[in-house]
Amino acid sequence: MSDNVDKQSMLLDRADSRVRHDVGLTGAFRGFVDRVRSGDLGMLPVFIGLLLISVVFSVLNPVFLAPNNLVNLLFDAAAVGLIALGVVCVLLLGEIDLSIGSMSGLASAITGVLWVNSGVPLPVTIAAVALTGACVGALFGFLRNQFEMPSFVATLAGLLALLGLQLYILGPTGSINMPFSSPLVRFGQILIMPAWLSYIVALLPGALIVFGTFRANRQRIAAGLSSGGLSVAVAKAVILTVALVFAVYYLEQGRGVPWMFGTFVLLVVVLDYALTRTKWGRSMFAVGGNAEAARRSGINVRRIRLSAFVVCSTFAALGGVFAAARLASASQQAGTGDVNLNAIAAAVIGGTSLFGGRGSAWSALLGVLVIMAISNGLCLLILSSSLR
Amino acid sequence: MTQTSKRPDDGQPILRLQGIGKQFGAVTALDDIELEVRAGEVVALVGDNGAGKSTLIKVLAGVHQPTSGRIEYLGEQVTLDTPGKALEMGIATVFQDLALCENLDVVSNLFLGHELSPWRLDEVQMEVRAWKLLQELAARIPSVREPIASLSGGQRQTVAIARSLLLDPHIIMLDEPTAALGVAQTAEVLNLIERVRDRGHGVILISHNMEDVRAVADRIVVLRLGKNNGTFTAETSHQELVSAITGASENAVSRRAARKLEPAGDTK
Repeated sequence: MSDNVDKQSMLLDRADSRVRHDVGLTGAFRGFVDRVRSGDLGMLPVFIGLLLISVVFSVLNPVFLAPNNLVNLLFDAAAVGLIALGVVCVLLLGEIDLSIGSMSGLASAITGVLWVNSGVPLPVTIAAVALTGACVGALFGFLRNQFEMPSFVATLAGLLALLGLQLYILGPTGSINMPFSSPLVRFGQILIMPAWLSYIVALLPGALIVFGTFRANRQRIAAGLSSGGLSVAVAKAVILTVALVFAVYYLEQGRGVPWMFGTFVLLVVVLDYALTRTKWGRSMFAVGGNAEAARRSGINVRRIRLSAFVVCSTFAALGGVFAAARLASASQQAGTGDVNLNAIAAAVIGGTSLFGGRGSAWSALLGVLVIMAISNGLCLLILSSSLR
Repeated sequence: MTQTSKRPDDGQPILRLQGIGKQFGAVTALDDIELEVRAGEVVALVGDNGAGKSTLIKVLAGVHQPTSGRIEYLGEQVTLDTPGKALEMGIATVFQDLALCENLDVVSNLFLGHELSPWRLDEVQMEVRAWKLLQELAARIPSVREPIASLSGGQRQTVAIARSLLLDPHIIMLDEPTAALGVAQTAEVLNLIERVRDRGHGVILISHNMEDVRAVADRIVVLRLGKNNGTFTAETSHQELVSAITGASENAVSRRAARKLEPAGDTK
């Protein structure tokens, strides 16, 4: 025992005897209970919420949990989820973007006009849409940086301006239908990942967790730091893998996992990496937490802000393309109504703070699942829209 | 971290300010300030509240731009237009408000803006470096993976000081570094200031604690209402310093001292 203590105190990060270091599975569980007790619930409410929603809606209408309904739900979630993913970036800085709905509407209008009406190739069209989004975001960032214009005001103006632009380029007909056999619409309505690929993807996160922890532990031991051991990581990985494999299995009973949703999850992973493992992400959290401190540490706060708005509007534009693909049309209604609210609410429900400095890319994924589950469930109840 | 220029020899001036002025609207915060910091020297900057000490530090840190005057750094005239530039040139600062991000953990704060391997953060190396820096300061930080928000005032101050040492600067400016520190930590900071000086760096120290100032300062520069009000050494009497700071030998401090003496005289 005393030998163990000696060995512990040799480690760089174990010199302070006052701190309890939770080791192994029981330790992790104790830490988790402590955190929940002290009010730090993390992602827990989201999971409980999802569970409650599914129980309530499936009692009211058993179709809710039918595999194919869930597949539809995932199709629907991708577009709003992508928009929410962008919103996470601006929320992290304590800013807001109210123009995302209009931006997505404008994006679907541009897709319709360029691709369907003018015959521009699809990849070029999508690139043009993304570029438009980036330019709009850059404009918001510029207004925020140069004139200290609150993003609430600038993007509220943007909401109206982009909506006007959307109506203008759609012209008097007001809506453009997209050919059903085209790859974009198939992507938005039909294309399903092959079963074997879905299962492999479901196994990946668990494998990555174990492998990542194993490597990190080896590095930490080599550097003279304590290492937590693998048991917690293995337990996490097992739970995650079982849950994901079951989810895929269940969805495979219906049509399977949509490519569109897979693409969305891939983008979530990419953004999560950028936010947590790169200097840019660190700077984002720093600017959101204390912009003046970030500036004094030599971070170019303006560039970070600009990048956040650009990323947000670009994701909103791509979300617009997804939405157009899902609906097989670009119409005046695209991006209006509750798109704005849903996207922002999804990010916040998932655990991203409105005041900056706290949040993660995963909040967009979890939040959008909650929002979409609710709206899907309400649709199945065939209530009048006033009640919804 | 691009300090290609060689270390200046002891006694060579690192930093020279000439006629620095700073206006905030109608308020003149600094007026015609002269200051020189040589290698291997601790310069204490003292003055009453509102004398312009922190403003001067912020001008040197690149946070504020001076409205007039010139700054010479390592023999060349420079403009410090961003904090990043000042840091890169080797001017590190511990601000009075510490300028830490409360939502980030200790390691992230220490390396903020200077992370190792920007595209794939090297958390392990950063953590090792963090523990070593904190050990150098005899800091008592329970975990470097806790957000700053959960640390006490003294712990935060230690983190801020550790951060200024990270880039191995030529000159380090400490604005009230010991205000929230305990006895042992204060002694460590004073030791640290001496160590930094012995390594041939320049130190600018702002403090209201005359004991600390006398303990480490080679020169004591007094600011009063945004102007230079004399340069003293550690041997200068307390009385003289106080009158330079307040601007008169007849001041609140001397009156108070006299009042305290009177009853003592009566009982004799």
